[in-house]
Amino acid sequence: MVEGLLEVRGLCRRFGAIEALKDIDFSVDTGEVHALIGPNGAGKTTFIHHVSGALQPDAGSVRFAGQDVTTFGMHRRVAAGMARSYQITNIFLGLDALDNVALAVQGRPDAGSSFRFWRPVRSETALFDEARSYLEQLGLGSKATTLAGNLSHGEQRALELAMALATRPRLLLLDEPMAGTGPEESARMVELIEHLARHVTILLVEHDMDAVFRLADRISVLVNGQLICTGTPEAVRNDAAVRRAYLGDHL
Amino acid sequence: MAFYRPAPWQKPLSVALLIAALALPTLLTAIGQEFYVGFATRVLIFALAATSLNLVLGFGGMVSLGHAAFLGAGAYVAAICQQAGINEALLAFPAAMGVAGLFALLVGAISLRTRGVYFIMITLAFAQMAYYLFVSARAWGGDDGLPLTGKMAFAGIGLGGDTPLYYLALGCLALVMLLFGRLADARFGRTLQAIRENETRMEALGYAVFRYRLAAFALGGALAGLAGALLANLTGLASPNLLQWTQSGTLLVMVIIGGVGYLYGGVVGALILLVLEEFLVGLTPHWHIALGVLLLGVVLFAPKGVAALFGKRHG
Repeated sequence: MVEGLLEVRGLCRRFGAIEALKDIDFSVDTGEVHALIGPNGAGKTTFIHHVSGALQPDAGSVRFAGQDVTTFGMHRRVAAGMARSYQITNIFLGLDALDNVALAVQGRPDAGSSFRFWRPVRSETALFDEARSYLEQLGLGSKATTLAGNLSHGEQRALELAMALATRPRLLLLDEPMAGTGPEESARMVELIEHLARHVTILLVEHDMDAVFRLADRISVLVNGQLICTGTPEAVRNDAAVRRAYLGDHL
Repeated sequence: MAFYRPAPWQKPLSVALLIAALALPTLLTAIGQEFYVGFATRVLIFALAATSLNLVLGFGGMVSLGHAAFLGAGAYVAAICQQAGINEALLAFPAAMGVAGLFALLVGAISLRTRGVYFIMITLAFAQMAYYLFVSARAWGGDDGLPLTGKMAFAGIGLGGDTPLYYLALGCLALVMLLFGRLADARFGRTLQAIRENETRMEALGYAVFRYRLAAFALGGALAGLAGALLANLTGLASPNLLQWTQSGTLLVMVIIGGVGYLYGGVVGALILLVLEEFLVGLTPHWHIALGVLLLGVVLFAPKGVAALFGKRHG
Protein backbone atom coordinates (compact mmCIF):
# COMPACT_ATOMS: atom_id res chain seq x y z
CA MET A 1 0.00 0.00 0.00
CA VAL A 2 1.25 3.47 -0.83
CA GLU A 3 1.91 5.59 2.22
CA GLY A 4 -0.44 8.55 2.61
CA LEU A 5 0.74 12.13 3.05
CA LEU A 6 -0.22 11.90 6.70
CA GLU A 7 -0.10 8.59 8.56
CA VAL A 8 -1.19 8.39 12.18
CA ARG A 9 -0.66 5.01 13.85
CA GLY A 10 -1.86 3.80 17.24
CA LEU A 11 -2.19 7.30 18.67
CA CYS A 12 -3.20 7.38 22.37
CA ARG A 13 -3.58 10.27 24.73
CA ARG A 14 -4.91 10.41 28.28
CA PHE A 15 -5.70 13.49 30.34
CA GLY A 16 -5.73 12.14 33.89
CA ALA A 17 -8.49 9.56 34.06
CA ILE A 18 -9.93 10.51 30.70
CA GLU A 19 -8.85 8.64 27.61
CA ALA A 20 -9.17 11.44 25.10
CA LEU A 21 -7.82 9.49 22.13
CA LYS A 22 -7.88 5.71 21.94
CA ASP A 23 -5.52 3.91 19.57
CA ILE A 24 -6.28 5.97 16.50
CA ASP A 25 -5.15 4.89 13.02
CA PHE A 26 -5.77 7.59 10.49
CA SER A 27 -4.41 8.66 7.13
CA VAL A 28 -4.78 11.47 4.64
CA ASP A 29 -3.86 10.76 1.01
CA THR A 30 -2.21 13.32 -1.21
CA GLY A 31 -4.75 15.45 -3.02
CA GLU A 32 -7.85 14.55 -1.06
CA VAL A 33 -10.11 16.53 1.22
CA HIS A 34 -10.49 14.41 4.31
CA ALA A 35 -13.10 15.56 6.81
CA LEU A 36 -13.09 14.63 10.47
CA ILE A 37 -16.48 14.82 12.15
CA GLY A 38 -17.89 13.81 15.50
CA PRO A 39 -20.09 15.10 18.31
CA ASN A 40 -18.90 17.81 20.69
CA GLY A 41 -16.23 16.52 23.02
CA ALA A 42 -15.35 13.58 20.78
CA GLY A 43 -11.70 14.67 20.72
CA LYS A 44 -11.48 16.31 17.29
CA THR A 45 -9.54 19.36 18.43
CA THR A 46 -7.29 17.22 20.65
CA PHE A 47 -6.58 15.07 17.63
CA ILE A 48 -5.73 18.10 15.47
CA HIS A 49 -3.38 19.33 18.20
CA HIS A 50 -1.51 16.04 18.00
CA VAL A 51 -1.27 16.24 14.24
CA SER A 52 -0.06 19.86 14.28
CA GLY A 53 2.44 19.21 17.08
CA ALA A 54 0.88 21.42 19.74
CA LEU A 55 0.49 18.31 21.93
CA GLN A 56 2.57 15.15 22.19
CA PRO A 57 0.95 11.68 22.30
CA ASP A 58 1.38 9.11 25.08
CA ALA A 59 1.83 6.40 22.47
CA GLY A 60 1.71 6.04 18.71
CA SER A 61 3.38 7.80 15.82
CA VAL A 62 2.71 10.57 13.33
CA ARG A 63 4.37 10.32 9.93
CA PHE A 64 4.18 13.19 7.46
CA ALA A 65 5.45 13.08 3.87
CA GLY A 66 7.43 9.92 4.59
CA GLN A 67 9.11 11.36 7.69
CA ASP A 68 8.48 10.49 11.34
CA VAL A 69 7.46 13.83 12.90
CA THR A 70 6.14 12.47 16.22
CA THR A 71 8.76 14.31 18.27
CA PHE A 72 8.72 17.48 16.16
CA GLY A 73 7.42 20.67 17.73
CA MET A 74 4.92 22.83 15.91
CA HIS A 75 7.34 25.09 14.04
CA ARG A 76 9.30 22.14 12.63
CA ARG A 77 6.12 20.52 11.33
CA VAL A 78 5.18 23.80 9.69
CA ALA A 79 8.60 23.91 8.06
CA ALA A 80 8.01 20.33 6.85
CA GLY A 81 4.84 21.52 5.06
CA MET A 82 1.95 21.37 7.48
CA ALA A 83 -0.16 24.46 8.13
CA ARG A 84 -3.17 24.97 10.32
CA SER A 85 -5.88 27.52 10.73
CA TYR A 86 -7.56 28.00 14.04
CA GLN A 87 -11.07 27.52 15.33
CA ILE A 88 -10.83 30.91 16.97
CA THR A 89 -9.66 33.64 14.65
CA ASN A 90 -5.96 33.99 15.29
CA ILE A 91 -4.48 36.90 13.37
CA PHE A 92 -2.47 39.99 14.30
CA LEU A 93 -5.16 42.61 14.85
CA GLY A 94 -2.64 45.48 15.07
CA LEU A 95 -1.24 44.83 11.59
CA ASP A 96 -2.99 45.37 8.28
CA ALA A 97 -4.07 42.38 6.19
CA LEU A 98 -1.04 42.54 3.91
CA ASP A 99 1.40 42.68 6.84
CA ASN A 100 -0.26 39.63 8.36
CA VAL A 101 0.27 37.56 5.25
CA ALA A 102 3.80 38.95 4.71
CA LEU A 103 4.64 37.76 8.22
CA ALA A 104 3.53 34.27 7.20
CA VAL A 105 5.63 34.41 4.02
CA GLN A 106 8.61 35.64 6.04
CA GLY A 107 8.35 32.63 8.36
CA ARG A 108 8.92 30.15 5.54
CA PRO A 109 12.40 28.58 5.46
CA ASP A 110 12.95 29.50 1.80
CA ALA A 111 12.11 33.17 2.46
CA GLY A 112 15.43 33.66 4.26
CA SER A 113 16.41 34.30 7.85
CA SER A 114 14.41 36.61 10.07
CA PHE A 115 17.62 37.58 11.86
CA ARG A 116 17.83 40.73 9.78
CA PHE A 117 18.39 43.84 11.81
CA TRP A 118 18.84 46.72 9.40
CA ARG A 119 16.67 46.74 6.30
CA PRO A 120 13.10 47.97 6.82
CA VAL A 121 10.83 45.02 6.24
CA ARG A 122 8.49 47.21 4.16
CA SER A 123 11.22 47.61 1.53
CA GLU A 124 11.36 43.84 0.94
CA THR A 125 9.07 43.85 -2.07
CA ALA A 126 9.40 40.10 -2.72
CA LEU A 127 7.66 39.34 0.59
CA PHE A 128 4.85 41.78 0.00
CA ASP A 129 4.29 40.93 -3.67
CA GLU A 130 3.83 37.30 -2.79
CA ALA A 131 1.63 38.18 0.17
CA ARG A 132 -0.58 40.27 -2.10
CA SER A 133 -1.09 37.30 -4.43
CA TYR A 134 -2.47 35.21 -1.55
CA LEU A 135 -4.81 38.02 -0.51
CA GLU A 136 -6.11 38.18 -4.08
CA GLN A 137 -6.60 34.40 -4.21
CA LEU A 138 -8.87 34.70 -1.20
CA GLY A 139 -10.72 37.75 -2.46
CA LEU A 140 -9.12 40.17 -0.02
CA GLY A 141 -7.14 42.14 -2.61
CA SER A 142 -8.98 45.37 -1.86
CA LYS A 143 -8.48 45.01 1.91
CA ALA A 144 -4.67 44.91 1.87
CA THR A 145 -4.20 48.10 3.86
CA THR A 146 -7.12 47.56 6.26
CA LEU A 147 -6.12 46.79 9.83
CA ALA A 148 -6.94 43.16 10.49
CA GLY A 149 -8.92 44.24 13.55
CA ASN A 150 -11.28 46.24 11.32
CA LEU A 151 -12.12 43.36 8.94
CA SER A 152 -15.46 41.58 9.16
CA HIS A 153 -15.56 38.17 10.77
CA GLY A 154 -15.76 36.39 7.42
CA GLU A 155 -12.85 38.43 6.08
CA GLN A 156 -10.81 37.57 9.15
CA ARG A 157 -11.48 33.87 8.55
CA ALA A 158 -10.36 34.30 4.94
CA LEU A 159 -7.24 36.18 6.09
CA GLU A 160 -6.47 33.31 8.42
CA LEU A 161 -6.63 30.98 5.41
CA ALA A 162 -4.40 33.29 3.37
CA MET A 163 -1.80 33.13 6.15
CA ALA A 164 -1.96 29.35 6.28
CA LEU A 165 -1.57 29.22 2.49
CA ALA A 166 1.40 31.57 2.58
CA THR A 167 3.40 28.96 4.46
CA ARG A 168 3.06 26.91 1.20
CA PRO A 169 1.78 23.81 2.93
CA ARG A 170 1.41 20.34 1.48
CA LEU A 171 -1.27 19.65 4.05
CA LEU A 172 -3.70 22.24 5.35
CA LEU A 173 -5.38 21.56 8.70
CA LEU A 174 -8.61 23.51 8.85
CA ASP A 175 -10.15 23.56 12.31
CA GLU A 176 -13.79 24.60 11.92
CA PRO A 177 -13.32 27.25 9.22
CA MET A 178 -17.09 27.82 9.19
CA ALA A 179 -17.34 28.53 12.93
CA GLY A 180 -19.32 31.65 13.65
CA THR A 181 -19.92 32.62 10.04
CA GLY A 182 -23.36 33.46 8.73
CA PRO A 183 -25.03 31.48 5.90
CA GLU A 184 -23.75 33.79 3.17
CA GLU A 185 -20.19 33.80 4.50
CA SER A 186 -20.36 30.03 4.91
CA ALA A 187 -21.26 29.59 1.27
CA ARG A 188 -18.34 31.78 0.27
CA MET A 189 -16.00 29.85 2.55
CA VAL A 190 -17.09 26.55 0.96
CA GLU A 191 -16.25 28.00 -2.44
CA LEU A 192 -12.85 29.15 -1.17
CA ILE A 193 -12.04 25.73 0.26
CA GLU A 194 -13.14 24.07 -3.00
CA HIS A 195 -10.75 26.38 -4.78
CA LEU A 196 -7.89 25.64 -2.34
CA ALA A 197 -8.49 21.90 -2.59
CA ARG A 198 -7.29 21.99 -6.17
CA HIS A 199 -3.82 23.00 -4.95
CA VAL A 200 -3.39 21.44 -1.55
CA THR A 201 -4.39 18.42 0.50
CA ILE A 202 -6.86 19.32 3.25
CA LEU A 203 -7.78 17.83 6.60
CA LEU A 204 -11.03 19.49 7.58
CA VAL A 205 -12.69 19.49 11.00
CA GLU A 206 -16.18 20.91 10.69
CA HIS A 207 -19.62 20.85 12.28
CA ASP A 208 -21.51 22.10 9.25
CA MET A 209 -22.70 18.82 7.67
CA ASP A 210 -23.77 20.39 4.40
CA ALA A 211 -20.26 21.76 3.94
CA VAL A 212 -18.62 18.50 4.95
CA PHE A 213 -20.64 16.35 2.57
CA ARG A 214 -20.11 18.81 -0.24
CA LEU A 215 -16.34 19.15 0.20
CA ALA A 216 -15.01 15.84 1.48
CA ASP A 217 -13.62 12.99 -0.60
CA ARG A 218 -13.44 10.85 2.53
CA ILE A 219 -14.93 11.27 5.98
CA SER A 220 -13.77 9.87 9.31
CA VAL A 221 -16.02 9.78 12.33
CA LEU A 222 -14.62 10.23 15.83
CA VAL A 223 -16.80 9.32 18.81
CA ASN A 224 -15.57 9.33 22.41
CA GLY A 225 -11.95 9.33 21.33
CA GLN A 226 -12.38 6.37 18.98
CA LEU A 227 -12.41 6.38 15.22
CA ILE A 228 -15.53 4.36 14.39
CA CYS A 229 -15.62 4.70 10.62
CA THR A 230 -13.70 6.01 7.62
CA GLY A 231 -15.04 6.05 4.10
CA THR A 232 -16.64 7.94 1.24
CA PRO A 233 -19.47 10.34 2.16
CA GLU A 234 -21.93 7.81 0.77
CA ALA A 235 -20.54 4.97 2.88
CA VAL A 236 -20.48 7.09 6.02
CA ARG A 237 -24.01 8.30 5.42
CA ASN A 238 -25.22 4.69 5.28
CA ASP A 239 -23.11 3.32 8.12
CA ALA A 240 -25.35 2.02 10.88
CA ALA A 241 -22.87 2.67 13.69
CA VAL A 242 -22.41 6.26 12.62
CA ARG A 243 -26.12 6.84 12.43
CA ARG A 244 -26.62 5.39 15.87
CA ALA A 245 -23.70 7.18 17.52
CA TYR A 246 -23.88 10.58 16.04
CA LEU A 247 -25.90 11.59 13.06
CA GLY A 248 -29.26 10.57 14.40
CA ASP A 249 -31.85 11.59 11.85
CA HIS A 250 -29.95 14.52 10.36
CA LEU A 251 -29.61 12.55 7.14
CA MET B 1 -0.06 46.54 21.73
CA ALA B 2 0.66 48.32 18.51
CA PHE B 3 3.53 47.41 16.24
CA TYR B 4 6.34 49.92 15.92
CA ARG B 5 6.47 51.94 12.74
CA PRO B 6 8.69 55.02 12.40
CA ALA B 7 6.64 58.22 12.35
CA PRO B 8 7.56 60.73 9.62
CA TRP B 9 8.62 63.35 12.17
CA GLN B 10 10.84 60.93 14.01
CA LYS B 11 14.01 61.44 12.00
CA PRO B 12 14.06 65.27 12.10
CA LEU B 13 13.18 65.18 15.80
CA SER B 14 16.01 62.74 16.54
CA VAL B 15 18.50 64.91 14.67
CA ALA B 16 17.29 68.04 16.51
CA LEU B 17 17.59 66.29 19.86
CA LEU B 18 21.09 65.10 18.98
CA ILE B 19 22.19 68.62 18.05
CA ALA B 20 20.72 69.99 21.28
CA ALA B 21 22.52 67.29 23.27
CA LEU B 22 25.79 68.08 21.48
CA ALA B 23 25.47 71.74 22.42
CA LEU B 24 24.45 71.10 26.03
CA PRO B 25 27.93 71.04 27.73
CA THR B 26 28.91 74.30 26.00
CA LEU B 27 25.63 75.84 27.07
CA LEU B 28 25.97 74.70 30.68
CA THR B 29 29.55 76.02 30.81
CA ALA B 30 28.41 79.37 29.42
CA ILE B 31 25.89 79.81 32.22
CA GLY B 32 28.33 78.50 34.81
CA GLN B 33 26.49 75.26 35.60
CA GLU B 34 29.22 72.76 34.60
CA PHE B 35 28.11 70.67 37.57
CA TYR B 36 25.16 69.47 35.56
CA VAL B 37 27.29 67.91 32.80
CA GLY B 38 27.92 64.93 35.12
CA PHE B 39 24.20 64.74 35.83
CA ALA B 40 23.39 64.86 32.12
CA THR B 41 25.86 62.03 31.56
CA ARG B 42 24.02 60.00 34.18
CA VAL B 43 20.74 60.61 32.35
CA LEU B 44 22.29 59.45 29.05
CA ILE B 45 23.67 56.28 30.62
CA PHE B 46 20.39 55.37 32.29
CA ALA B 47 18.57 56.20 29.06
CA LEU B 48 20.77 53.57 27.43
CA ALA B 49 20.17 51.03 30.21
CA ALA B 50 16.40 51.60 30.18
CA THR B 51 16.34 51.35 26.39
CA SER B 52 18.09 47.99 26.56
CA LEU B 53 15.37 46.82 28.96
CA ASN B 54 12.70 48.24 26.67
CA LEU B 55 14.00 46.01 23.87
CA VAL B 56 13.50 42.98 26.12
CA LEU B 57 10.30 44.09 27.87
CA GLY B 58 8.54 46.35 25.41
CA PHE B 59 9.41 44.67 22.12
CA GLY B 60 10.06 41.13 23.29
CA GLY B 61 7.29 41.00 25.89
CA MET B 62 9.65 39.48 28.46
CA VAL B 63 9.14 40.95 31.95
CA SER B 64 12.64 40.59 33.36
CA LEU B 65 13.28 41.56 36.97
CA GLY B 66 16.98 40.81 36.67
CA HIS B 67 18.12 43.29 34.08
CA ALA B 68 20.40 45.16 36.50
CA ALA B 69 22.61 42.07 36.69
CA PHE B 70 23.84 42.83 33.17
CA LEU B 71 24.32 46.51 34.01
CA GLY B 72 26.40 45.53 37.05
CA ALA B 73 28.33 42.88 35.14
CA GLY B 74 29.34 45.52 32.58
CA ALA B 75 30.50 47.87 35.33
CA TYR B 76 32.60 45.15 36.94
CA VAL B 77 34.17 44.12 33.63
CA ALA B 78 35.28 47.74 33.08
CA ALA B 79 36.74 47.98 36.60
CA ILE B 80 38.43 44.57 36.34
CA CYS B 81 39.90 45.50 32.95
CA GLN B 82 41.40 48.61 34.47
CA GLN B 83 42.74 46.60 37.41
CA ALA B 84 44.37 44.27 34.88
CA GLY B 85 46.02 47.22 33.16
CA ILE B 86 43.61 47.63 30.24
CA ASN B 87 42.63 51.28 30.39
CA GLU B 88 41.36 51.58 26.82
CA ALA B 89 37.59 51.88 26.48
CA LEU B 90 37.75 50.55 22.92
CA LEU B 91 38.86 47.25 24.46
CA ALA B 92 37.13 47.31 27.84
CA PHE B 93 33.68 48.37 26.60
CA PRO B 94 33.32 45.62 24.00
CA ALA B 95 34.55 43.18 26.66
CA ALA B 96 31.85 44.47 29.03
CA MET B 97 29.22 44.02 26.31
CA GLY B 98 30.52 40.55 25.49
CA VAL B 99 30.53 39.32 29.08
CA ALA B 100 27.12 40.84 29.87
CA GLY B 101 25.74 39.47 26.59
CA LEU B 102 27.02 35.95 27.26
CA PHE B 103 25.69 36.10 30.81
CA ALA B 104 22.30 37.15 29.41
CA LEU B 105 22.49 34.33 26.86
CA LEU B 106 22.96 31.84 29.68
CA VAL B 107 20.24 33.32 31.89
CA GLY B 108 17.89 33.57 28.91
CA ALA B 109 18.57 30.01 27.71
CA ILE B 110 17.29 28.75 31.06
CA SER B 111 14.64 31.33 32.03
CA LEU B 112 12.96 31.56 28.62
CA ARG B 113 11.68 28.03 29.06
CA THR B 114 9.29 29.46 31.64
CA ARG B 115 6.48 31.97 31.26
CA GLY B 116 4.72 34.69 33.16
CA VAL B 117 5.38 35.01 36.85
CA TYR B 118 7.90 32.15 36.78
CA PHE B 119 10.00 34.05 34.28
CA ILE B 120 9.94 37.13 36.52
CA MET B 121 11.02 35.03 39.48
CA ILE B 122 13.78 33.12 37.74
CA THR B 123 15.37 36.26 36.26
CA LEU B 124 15.19 37.82 39.72
CA ALA B 125 16.86 34.72 41.19
CA PHE B 126 19.71 34.84 38.68
CA ALA B 127 20.31 38.53 39.36
CA GLN B 128 20.36 37.97 43.14
CA MET B 129 22.82 35.10 42.66
CA ALA B 130 25.10 37.42 40.70
CA TYR B 131 24.65 40.07 43.40
CA TYR B 132 25.77 37.74 46.18
CA LEU B 133 28.61 36.47 44.03
CA PHE B 134 30.05 39.97 43.77
CA VAL B 135 29.34 40.80 47.43
CA SER B 136 31.43 37.81 48.46
CA ALA B 137 34.19 38.27 45.89
CA ARG B 138 37.06 39.63 48.04
CA ALA B 139 39.38 40.10 45.07
CA TRP B 140 36.88 42.56 43.63
CA GLY B 141 36.28 44.50 46.82
CA GLY B 142 33.39 42.48 48.28
CA ASP B 143 30.46 44.65 49.30
CA ASP B 144 32.57 47.82 49.04
CA GLY B 145 32.78 47.33 45.30
CA LEU B 146 35.75 47.75 43.00
CA PRO B 147 36.89 51.37 42.56
CA LEU B 148 38.39 52.70 39.36
CA THR B 149 41.67 54.59 39.69
CA GLY B 150 40.37 57.21 37.29
CA LYS B 151 38.41 57.50 34.10
CA MET B 152 39.53 55.31 31.23
CA ALA B 153 40.81 56.49 27.87
CA PHE B 154 38.99 56.34 24.54
CA ALA B 155 41.25 55.76 21.53
CA GLY B 156 44.15 56.98 23.63
CA ILE B 157 42.40 60.22 24.67
CA GLY B 158 41.78 60.44 28.40
CA LEU B 159 38.16 60.75 29.52
CA GLY B 160 39.12 62.89 32.53
CA GLY B 161 36.84 65.81 33.37
CA ASP B 162 33.11 65.61 32.81
CA THR B 163 32.73 66.59 29.16
CA PRO B 164 34.63 63.80 27.31
CA LEU B 165 32.65 61.07 29.08
CA TYR B 166 29.44 62.96 28.32
CA TYR B 167 30.21 62.88 24.62
CA LEU B 168 31.19 59.21 24.74
CA ALA B 169 27.89 58.35 26.46
CA LEU B 170 26.01 60.47 23.93
CA GLY B 171 27.75 58.71 21.05
CA CYS B 172 26.90 55.29 22.49
CA LEU B 173 23.27 56.22 23.08
CA ALA B 174 22.90 57.72 19.59
CA LEU B 175 24.34 54.61 17.96
CA VAL B 176 22.16 52.31 20.04
CA MET B 177 19.03 54.35 19.24
CA LEU B 178 19.89 54.19 15.54
CA LEU B 179 20.36 50.40 15.70
CA PHE B 180 17.23 49.99 17.83
CA GLY B 181 15.11 52.01 15.40
CA ARG B 182 16.38 50.01 12.44
CA LEU B 183 15.96 46.57 13.96
CA ALA B 184 12.50 47.39 15.30
CA ASP B 185 11.33 48.07 11.75
CA ALA B 186 13.31 45.23 10.15
CA ARG B 187 12.41 41.56 9.96
CA PHE B 188 13.80 40.87 13.41
CA GLY B 189 11.73 43.54 15.14
CA ARG B 190 8.60 42.51 13.27
CA THR B 191 9.14 38.92 14.34
CA LEU B 192 9.86 39.85 17.94
CA GLN B 193 6.76 42.02 18.30
CA ALA B 194 4.55 39.42 16.65
CA ILE B 195 5.84 36.85 19.14
CA ARG B 196 4.97 39.29 21.93
CA GLU B 197 1.44 39.55 20.55
CA ASN B 198 0.78 35.87 19.85
CA GLU B 199 3.47 33.31 20.47
CA THR B 200 1.43 30.25 19.43
CA ARG B 201 0.41 31.79 16.14
CA MET B 202 4.02 32.58 15.29
CA GLU B 203 5.00 29.01 16.03
CA ALA B 204 2.18 27.85 13.77
CA LEU B 205 3.68 30.05 11.04
CA GLY B 206 6.96 28.16 11.37
CA TYR B 207 8.95 30.55 13.55
CA ALA B 208 11.38 29.10 16.10
CA VAL B 209 10.05 31.45 18.78
CA PHE B 210 12.63 30.59 21.44
CA ARG B 211 15.59 31.65 19.30
CA TYR B 212 14.24 35.12 18.56
CA ARG B 213 13.38 35.74 22.20
CA LEU B 214 16.81 34.55 23.30
CA ALA B 215 18.59 36.75 20.75
CA ALA B 216 16.67 39.82 21.95
CA PHE B 217 17.33 38.95 25.59
CA ALA B 218 21.09 38.56 24.96
CA LEU B 219 21.25 41.75 22.90
CA GLY B 220 19.45 43.63 25.68
CA GLY B 221 21.96 42.22 28.18
CA ALA B 222 24.93 43.30 26.05
CA LEU B 223 23.59 46.86 25.72
CA ALA B 224 23.00 47.00 29.48
CA GLY B 225 26.63 45.90 29.88
CA LEU B 226 27.71 48.88 27.78
CA ALA B 227 25.68 51.19 30.02
CA GLY B 228 27.33 49.56 33.06
CA ALA B 229 30.84 50.18 31.74
CA LEU B 230 29.97 53.85 31.16
CA LEU B 231 28.41 54.12 34.60
CA ALA B 232 31.53 52.71 36.29
CA ASN B 233 33.52 55.44 34.56
CA LEU B 234 31.10 58.11 35.71
CA THR B 235 30.87 57.08 39.36
CA GLY B 236 34.40 55.67 39.60
CA LEU B 237 33.08 52.52 41.21
CA ALA B 238 31.71 49.10 40.27
CA SER B 239 29.40 48.40 43.18
CA PRO B 240 27.38 45.27 43.92
CA ASN B 241 24.40 47.60 44.51
CA LEU B 242 24.23 48.01 40.74
CA LEU B 243 23.15 44.37 40.49
CA GLN B 244 20.54 44.49 43.18
CA TRP B 245 16.91 43.88 42.37
CA THR B 246 15.95 47.40 43.40
CA GLN B 247 18.10 48.61 40.51
CA SER B 248 16.22 46.28 38.14
CA GLY B 249 13.04 47.79 39.61
CA THR B 250 14.26 51.33 38.88
CA LEU B 251 14.91 50.39 35.25
CA LEU B 252 11.43 48.88 35.01
CA VAL B 253 9.89 52.05 36.44
CA MET B 254 11.80 54.14 33.89
CA VAL B 255 10.48 52.04 31.00
CA ILE B 256 6.92 52.06 32.35
CA ILE B 257 6.90 55.84 32.90
CA GLY B 258 8.50 56.43 29.50
CA GLY B 259 6.41 53.99 27.48
CA VAL B 260 6.69 50.21 27.18
CA GLY B 261 7.24 49.26 23.54
CA TYR B 262 7.87 52.82 22.35
CA LEU B 263 11.25 53.42 20.75
CA TYR B 264 12.01 56.40 22.99
CA GLY B 265 10.25 55.01 26.06
CA GLY B 266 13.49 54.24 27.90
CA VAL B 267 15.03 57.63 27.12
CA VAL B 268 11.94 59.60 28.17
CA GLY B 269 11.52 57.54 31.34
CA ALA B 270 15.15 57.89 32.43
CA LEU B 271 15.03 61.63 31.83
CA ILE B 272 11.82 62.14 33.81
CA LEU B 273 12.78 59.92 36.73
CA LEU B 274 16.30 61.29 37.19
CA VAL B 275 15.35 64.96 36.74
CA LEU B 276 12.53 64.53 39.21
CA GLU B 277 14.78 62.76 41.69
CA GLU B 278 17.42 65.49 41.37
CA PHE B 279 14.81 68.20 41.86
CA LEU B 280 12.87 66.56 44.71
CA VAL B 281 15.90 65.44 46.70
CA GLY B 282 16.77 69.14 47.08
CA LEU B 283 13.30 69.84 48.52
CA THR B 284 12.61 66.95 50.86
CA PRO B 285 14.18 63.72 52.06
CA HIS B 286 10.78 62.09 51.52
CA TRP B 287 11.00 62.44 47.76
CA HIS B 288 9.94 58.83 47.23
CA ILE B 289 6.38 59.82 48.13
CA ALA B 290 6.23 62.33 45.29
CA LEU B 291 7.68 59.69 43.00
CA GLY B 292 4.93 57.29 44.02
CA VAL B 293 2.32 59.90 43.18
CA LEU B 294 3.93 60.38 39.77
CA LEU B 295 3.86 56.65 39.06
CA LEU B 296 0.23 56.52 40.08
CA GLY B 297 -0.50 59.45 37.78
CA VAL B 298 1.23 57.80 34.83
CA VAL B 299 -0.58 54.51 35.34
CA LEU B 300 -3.96 56.25 35.66
CA PHE B 301 -3.70 58.96 33.04
CA ALA B 302 -1.05 57.77 30.57
CA PRO B 303 -1.10 53.99 30.93
CA LYS B 304 0.96 53.57 27.78
CA GLY B 305 3.68 55.86 29.12
CA VAL B 306 4.67 59.46 28.48
CA ALA B 307 6.20 58.72 25.05
CA ALA B 308 2.74 57.57 23.94
CA LEU B 309 1.32 61.05 24.60
CA PHE B 310 3.40 62.61 21.84
CA GLY B 311 1.73 62.58 18.44
CA LYS B 312 -0.19 59.59 17.23
CA ARG B 313 0.61 56.09 18.31
CA HIS B 314 3.07 54.19 16.18
CA GLY B 315 1.70 51.87 13.51
